[in-house]
Amino acid sequence: MSKPKIATASLAGCFGCHMSLLDIDERILDLVELVDFDKSPINDLKKFTGKVQIGLIEGGCSTDENVQVLRDFRRHCEILISVGDCATQGGIPAMRNTVPLLECLEEAYCNGPTVYNPSGAIPNDPEVPLLLDKVYPCHEVVKIDYFLPGCPPSADTLFQAIVALLKNEPVDLPYELIKYD
Amino acid sequence: MSNTITFSIDGKEIECKAGRTILDAAEENGIYIPRLCHRKGVSPHGSCRVCTVIANGKPMAACTTPVTPGMVVENDAEEVTAMRKAIIEMLFVEGNHFCMFCEKSGNCELQALAYRFGIAAPRYPYLFPHREIDFGHPDVFIDHNRCILCARCIRTSREIDGKEVLGFVERGPRKKVAANAEHGLRETEIAVGDEAMAACPVGALMPKHVGYQVPIGKREFDHEPIGSDIEKEAKASTK
Repeated sequence: MSKPKIATASLAGCFGCHMSLLDIDERILDLVELVDFDKSPINDLKKFTGKVQIGLIEGGCSTDENVQVLRDFRRHCEILISVGDCATQGGIPAMRNTVPLLECLEEAYCNGPTVYNPSGAIPNDPEVPLLLDKVYPCHEVVKIDYFLPGCPPSADTLFQAIVALLKNEPVDLPYELIKYD
Repeated sequence: MSNTITFSIDGKEIECKAGRTILDAAEENGIYIPRLCHRKGVSPHGSCRVCTVIANGKPMAACTTPVTPGMVVENDAEEVTAMRKAIIEMLFVEGNHFCMFCEKSGNCELQALAYRFGIAAPRYPYLFPHREIDFGHPDVFIDHNRCILCARCIRTSREIDGKEVLGFVERGPRKKVAANAEHGLRETEIAVGDEAMAACPVGALMPKHVGYQVPIGKREFDHEPIGSDIEKEAKASTK
């Protein structure tokens, strides 16, 4: 029987949660015994090879591309997990949510004190993902099965949750592993 | 003793002096009832409803409801816990609570209650309201993004510090704590040593210049849930 597969993605995140996953140190050897990595920045695989058992999502949805990737993950993953405060709450990128989008863009590309932009244009290339009106936590876009908050969630939190799911056990994390910072 | 009355919490018989609130009587007997707007030493407010218990079949705020003889109180019940979790989740979505960079993180009672109840993410959509920060005072600031309108600062400042520096203004979703001065905190007598500063359960009324002083791992709620001190006292005294 082939090993279960795991896929990961970073949407509007800082890759800190992926770094925390690497922080499981030598336990990563145990993890590769248990799973194969499918689409993930860790192995640089760009496309799903098929159905995967567990999807880990870092970051919330800030652009249309984030939403497409998230929906793609939902289609391919049996269990989808929001990892980190950006995925579960919007996090730092969601600080722009209290300011209208046009004001954010004007501050970044026109009015900011350190901006040098003689044309005064706001980037509008089809190659640049389109920003959403707000940054959305993942569960406001697709159904999410588990939440692992933290900035980032500790390596222990990630490892214990993933191993529990792979062993078909309940994800019952102790008090010290559910933290928002 | 005529002024002692007996009632029960979760089936446990408890004796207390007449006139005690459910919350105080429970605490004296080592039972922690979660609370946010209540603070020892100032008058109860009954506004956050986190301390809701079922008293004689009705949901009541434990911090404002006096115990009556024979009262049957449910505290550790599924229905009660569900209500409390819902309230805490609503408090998270209706403000802007960015724990990852908040100076209060680890010592925050709102966060600690979410930890105690094992809330991984709120079920409600985030509102992301636009709120102001009053940063004009040299030593003290109010970040309205984090304020949960518990009125602990207002009551503590009035009743303990003896100052008239803070109060509520406006109504409904626009309600907020305001300084009793035209241009905000800097024109008031609030001082960094005021008891009101220690009263804020979240990171709303905060001292300047001293952020992140306690490292992660040594903060108040890093290892033990809020309320553990009350529950521990009970265990120690029954041994």
